[in-house]
Amino acid sequence: MPLSTQSQADIDQYILIASLDNARNLSNILKAISFRDHAIFNATQNGLKVTVEDSKCLQANAFIQVGVGGQLTSFKTQSQVCVCTALRMCYNGYGYPLTLFLEEGGVVTVCKINTQEPEEPIDFDFCSTNVTNKVILQSDSLKEAFSELDMTSEVLQITMSPSHPYFRLSTFGNSGNAHYDYPKDSDMMELFQCTKIQTNRYKMSLLKPSTKALALSCKVSVRTDSRGFLSLQYLVRNDDGQICFVEYYCCPDEVEEE
Amino acid sequence: MDCVATGGNVKVLAKAIHSLSRIGEELYLEPVEDGLALRSVNSSRSAFACFLLSPLFFQRYQAPSDQSFRCKMPIKSVQAVFKSLASLDRSVEKCRIQLNSEKSRLTITLHCKHGLLKTHNLSYQDCESLQAVFDKGSCANVLQAQPRLMVDTVLHFPPSLEEVNLSVSSDRVWLRNHVEDDADSSRAMLTELCLSSEEFDHFAVGSQTSVTFCLKELRGLLVFAESSGLPVSMYFDEPGGPVILSVTDSVLEANFVLATLSEDSPDSEQPPDDFMSDNMDSFLIAMETSELPGLSHVPTSPPRPTNNNRKHSFSEEEEEEEEALAEGPPNKKFCSLFFGSVLPTPSQLPNQTMQSQEMLASDSEDENQTETS
Repeated sequence: MPLSTQSQADIDQYILIASLDNARNLSNILKAISFRDHAIFNATQNGLKVTVEDSKCLQANAFIQVGVGGQLTSFKTQSQVCVCTALRMCYNGYGYPLTLFLEEGGVVTVCKINTQEPEEPIDFDFCSTNVTNKVILQSDSLKEAFSELDMTSEVLQITMSPSHPYFRLSTFGNSGNAHYDYPKDSDMMELFQCTKIQTNRYKMSLLKPSTKALALSCKVSVRTDSRGFLSLQYLVRNDDGQICFVEYYCCPDEVEEE
Repeated sequence: MDCVATGGNVKVLAKAIHSLSRIGEELYLEPVEDGLALRSVNSSRSAFACFLLSPLFFQRYQAPSDQSFRCKMPIKSVQAVFKSLASLDRSVEKCRIQLNSEKSRLTITLHCKHGLLKTHNLSYQDCESLQAVFDKGSCANVLQAQPRLMVDTVLHFPPSLEEVNLSVSSDRVWLRNHVEDDADSSRAMLTELCLSSEEFDHFAVGSQTSVTFCLKELRGLLVFAESSGLPVSMYFDEPGGPVILSVTDSVLEANFVLATLSEDSPDSEQPPDDFMSDNMDSFLIAMETSELPGLSHVPTSPPRPTNNNRKHSFSEEEEEEEEALAEGPPNKKFCSLFFGSVLPTPSQLPNQTMQSQEMLASDSEDENQTETS
């Protein structure tokens, strides 16, 4: 461990120590959800969960497995993280700053970022039992679609149906409307579970930040529940094979049920 | 209307549209007898481009039942259908263009790999036929070269250069940047390239001459020519007359018609080593046409403003405003090209003649009472 120069005494005072050999993965994931200035960091035994919210309508969570020692803790801090080769994140507890030790080529940089009281993240109450429709797609095909979406459209309409058009992304822009249809038997479609036809619209401005996570991911799970709430879950595989997840929850603009 | 393009032709279609976007902001679409015509014109009417795709270009070509169907739409909307140009040939298997006249929508459907279907329903406007009048056969000077030669030549000029001058003698071609008369010649950078006639596939110079036209629009054609690998032909006469750039193969024909600066100076007869003194006050494009009987003399002043509210107005003041919006050549230098008559029916020609004498416009919607929108 490049940061082993820290003494045992130093280490003991922290209630949270998270270590990464390569901070780039963390950096990329955090960039994928950093559409607001502040993020809530939640450290558990299983890893780090970082939450960013927007206008009570959108929530993004990043789940990162890091070597974590210490207690369950939660704090809020700036979501921009400096990238370096090796990273150790340490936290003394309530009121203390988040200390980042960044090491590259023998040079250690110490960053202390002030923490704040975290607000309770919104509970979108999105649970598996309420899910009406679910598809899992390979990200490549969605990446292309999202890069071509008509940005003059205020909404992105998602139609999921057990029959044609199966899975459809629609935009309504200045020059007309556009539809992207993914058939259920496409080889890009890994899972297709749609129980009933649902059409929902989501503000394009809310979904736009999710394209960063999409760019990093190799698979995407798209789920809607009975209320029309949207859950996008992105599976991100790091260079070293480690898996992280980023998920987005978005509430619908209008609910149209056919 | 139902046209289907497959395989590599989808990319050719996309490139044609991309090329047309370098000329004007609107795409005019008209199925004609010989195929599908895609056209564009710049706001000052000094550049016109037309791609004619024969029925053989398509896997399936069905013209609309309404013979007189013509429409136009913002070219950006159509370009948006063909984003990711580079990967088009890898991802798109088929492109289908259909007309939904009840809803005034043009539907372009891309059938892509992995079963992905992209459907674009674009709204359009009815319009008149857009057709510049030109005759390649009557041009005294004809050059033909591989696109690579032209691209490499044009590369030497900065992207910001607006006009380029082409001069020909019996065995040489010069390409140089056009510098304003009032520009400080000690500060202006002058670039000149000389090409021997041997570099051209075809070199027929009737008379030594020199023409100046807009480089940006030439580049628009070269973008297409280079990707298609087809040779580029240039037809031109005297300064003031248009230069026509043409790319042809068995299933398509592209013509870019660009206005040139008119020259009053007698020096224009010789292959110039010096820069010609351009007389900016008289801009004249004379194009003889026999399609408009009754048309006597071509006006020597810029055409008068028309009554309609479209942005293609011809008043000089408005043109100069639009110049800021459009990126075409400075309008004050280039006169508008002659455009063909609005409707082919002879009965209407006498009416059209009176108006088009000054107007030179063909897609003047408010004049045509029979058009329903």
